[in-house]
Amino acid sequence: MRFLPCADQGLLVDTGSLDEALALYRALEESPPTGVEDLVPAARTVLLRLAPGADPARVEQAVRGLEPGEARTGTGELVRIPVVYDGEDLPGVAELTGLPVREVVRLHISPIWTVAFGGFAPGFGYLTGGPPELTVPRRAESRTRVPAGAVGLAGEYSGVYPRPSPGGWQLIGRTELELWREDRTPPALLRPGVRVRFEEAGQP
Amino acid sequence: MSGDALEIVATGPLATVQDLGRPGLAAIGVGASGAADRSALRLANRLVGNPEGAAAVEATLGGLAVRALRPLTVAVTGAPAPLSTGAARSVIQLAEGERLELGTPPAGLRSYLAVRGGLTVPEVLGSRSRDLLAALGPPPLAPGDVLPAGPAPAAFPCVDLAPVRTAFGGEPELRVALGPRDDWFTPEAVRRLLAEPWTVGAASDRVGMRLEGPALERAVGGELPSEGMVPGALQVPPGGRPVLFLADHPVTGGYPVVACVLRADLDLAAQARPGQTLRFRVARG
Repeated sequence: MRFLPCADQGLLVDTGSLDEALALYRALEESPPTGVEDLVPAARTVLLRLAPGADPARVEQAVRGLEPGEARTGTGELVRIPVVYDGEDLPGVAELTGLPVREVVRLHISPIWTVAFGGFAPGFGYLTGGPPELTVPRRAESRTRVPAGAVGLAGEYSGVYPRPSPGGWQLIGRTELELWREDRTPPALLRPGVRVRFEEAGQP
Repeated sequence: MSGDALEIVATGPLATVQDLGRPGLAAIGVGASGAADRSALRLANRLVGNPEGAAAVEATLGGLAVRALRPLTVAVTGAPAPLSTGAARSVIQLAEGERLELGTPPAGLRSYLAVRGGLTVPEVLGSRSRDLLAALGPPPLAPGDVLPAGPAPAAFPCVDLAPVRTAFGGEPELRVALGPRDDWFTPEAVRRLLAEPWTVGAASDRVGMRLEGPALERAVGGELPSEGMVPGALQVPPGGRPVLFLADHPVTGGYPVVACVLRADLDLAAQARPGQTLRFRVARG
């Protein structure tokens, strides 16, 4: 682990891997060190946002004292997301992966995905734990508007757009499940640690 | 008394409702947001006897005009906009129907209008702040909007006039700490960051201040996996010109951060206006 200060406002902990970052985030969430105001898990790192006056050296000591468990033995809440697989990029994804369209769908619904981190927009979760065969690059050109509920792939991740926004992910389907509602507690269905199962809508 | 208090007559370039934001939700992609110049918001609230974090109007480059729908006690802080009635950083009494207009401040960027009782527009996720990037909270104000205020707090205004906090304008010097990713840049790039003046770009907003100056050259190629960002982060996109993140900055970013502005200097940063130059120096100790 590398500890990289962000002035007096944050301490960025670089774990070197997604699994370790997720494990550290879970450990920090369970026992947040004094002086930490917010946690930002990401692809290799966890940022600890410090409260005014917090001592970064003490926070670092507290983090070193943690013993993060296993990242992917998640027992987090399971969210089922019904998806209609008719995304505009589905044929393109089939071509990129060399798989028939049906096989892309089968691979997407087969695993239990885990929300590793958020950050792109309120309620957006980067889902990991998918099959390596579905690793595809982002689109060469971003779309200026992706509708809410669009289900996509990018890199090793899958994700669902919680609200209409620009986006460059390969869109393979759509869901009507409301992933984000400001008036709900919690407002986001997909939070780091939550497990996700995609289901083909209309299939038994 | 509580209920409808303030009618917005004109907004200037941008006026939003802000309090101290919604920290603690970064993991679901929600940034802290809140007043860009927090000390100015706090001062405005203290002047009218409010708790420091009560919601107020943040006006950008003046141009804000309001009408009191009932007798109100208000205060204006931050960028020193000329006022149609009363004085900056003082307690101002508005009669029912009376208007208060903010002219264009000769220096500084953001002024704060606090109302005794605090603005009580509905909270979203625990805050009344408008986050322009995430599109959360009350929409930017528009002429004709009517804002409610809460009942007068128990505390009474205890000073009539607050001393001047900062000299606005000039060439502010912001203290930074290098990192977290200064090792992604050449030593020459780090030297230039600290040696050269930087001009605030026209495309700056509450999300970030675009800085014009020499391109900062990277020592490390490739892509940085997205990581968490703090306000004050100087993120360097591929063009090499840094963006200084302000209140509505993205929760995570995919470009390396060469240095971060100290918390104590963020309010000063938020008052630098397009065309102004500023400098960075490494904080001692």
